[in-house]
Amino acid sequence: MTPVQATLDRITRIPGVRGALIASTSDGLVVAEQLMDGIDGRAAAALTGSLVSRLARTAEGAGVRPPVFLHLRGEDGSILAAPGIQELVLVAVVGPDANLGLARLEMLDAAGQLG
Amino acid sequence: MSDDIRGLTQRLAEEPSSLAFLELGEALRRRGQLEAAGKVVRGGLNRYPGLADAHDLMGRILGDQGDLAGAFDAWADALRLDPMRTGALKGIAFLYFRAGDVEAALEHLQRAAEADPDDPSIPLAIERVRRDARHAGRDGLATAAEPSMPEPSMPEPLVPEPLLAAPEPAPTDSPFAGVGDEERGLLLVDANGQRLGGRLNAPDGHDAGDRVAAHLAGLTREAARATRLLGLGSWHSIAIESPDGHLFLSAPTAETLLLALREPTLPMARLGLLAERAGRAARGWLERVR
Repeated sequence: MTPVQATLDRITRIPGVRGALIASTSDGLVVAEQLMDGIDGRAAAALTGSLVSRLARTAEGAGVRPPVFLHLRGEDGSILAAPGIQELVLVAVVGPDANLGLARLEMLDAAGQLG
Repeated sequence: MSDDIRGLTQRLAEEPSSLAFLELGEALRRRGQLEAAGKVVRGGLNRYPGLADAHDLMGRILGDQGDLAGAFDAWADALRLDPMRTGALKGIAFLYFRAGDVEAALEHLQRAAEADPDDPSIPLAIERVRRDARHAGRDGLATAAEPSMPEPSMPEPLVPEPLLAAPEPAPTDSPFAGVGDEERGLLLVDANGQRLGGRLNAPDGHDAGDRVAAHLAGLTREAARATRLLGLGSWHSIAIESPDGHLFLSAPTAETLLLALREPTLPMARLGLLAERAGRAARGWLERVR
C-alpha cells in the first residue's frame, strides 16, 4: 500500500466517513481517491478545490492566514477539507452521524504529511 | 399576502425539500397567522423529523396558540435532538416558571447559559426568575403550587424571547443589534458580494468588510452545488479554521450570507452558536428594512 493510499485508508476507517480523496486545488483534479459507490470523485475534487481556493482568498481578505481545516455542513452530511502543502487538499465526505472530532484530528495530522 | 411570505411560499413550492419552511413558518408566526404557520412547519417536520430547528419553531407556534403541553413536547423533542439548543431550553424554562416550578426553570436557564454564555438575555432571565421567587417567598406563596409571577405581567405573545430578552433595542442600522460584541466581526453580505451591514475587523484593526464581502459573492451557489452533487442536501454552514482566527459562514436567508470572525481560542461550536443568534437578528433586521 502506498503512503497516499494508507492516508486515505486511515480516514475512511473513521465511522461515518463515506469516502476520502486527495485533490489539487490549482486544477481541481483527483490525485487519489477511496470513495463509496455513488460519490462522484471528480465532482468532489473540483467543487472542494474551488471552495478551498475561494475561502483561502476570503481568509486572506480578512487578514488571517489560509485555512487549515474547513467543514461544509449539509442537511445529510458534510464535506471536510484539510489543505496540505503543494496545493493539495485532503477531502472527506461524511454522513450526518460521523465522528467529526476524530475525522478532523486525523485529517489535520494526515494533511501535514501530504506532498 | 406580504412579499416575503409570497416569496417564501413560492420557494417552498418550487423546492419542497428545501428548508424554506422554517423561514416561512417563522414569518407566518410573527404575523400571527398561527394556524398556517403550524401547517407549514408540520409539513416540514414530516420531511425532516430530525431537525431540531423545526421542533423549536413548532414549540413557539404552539406556545403562541396557548397549547402549552404541545409546546413543551415540541421543545423537549428539540432538546432530544440538540441538548444545547438555547431556544428550547428557554422555552421550557418559561413553561416551568409559569407553572410555578422555579427550580426547574432555573435549571433550564442555567443550561442555556452554559450553552450560550454570550446571550445577555439569559442572565437577565435568571435574575428575574430569582427575584420573582424571592417576592413570592416573602408573600408566603408556595412556589411549587402557584405561579410566582402575576398573570398580568406574563409576556404576550407567549414565546420565550419576549420574556427572556433584554428590553427591545432602539431602531438601529446594525443587523446585529442586541447580539453583543457585534462590532468585533459580524458581516452580512448580499448575493452579489456587497456589504449589507456589520463590520469585519482584521487582526491589525482595519475594517476588511468590503474586501471580504467581494470574495463571498456567489459562495452560496457554490456551496449549494457542492452539497447537492455529493448527495448531502442543502448546505447549512461552513466553518473555517485558520491559525489566526475562526470564521463561520451561514445563510440567514436565501439571498444573504453571514460571516462571523473570532479569535482561534473561541471553540468553533461556540462561534456557530453566536452565528446562529446573529442570523436570527439579521433576519429580523432584513424584514424591518424591507
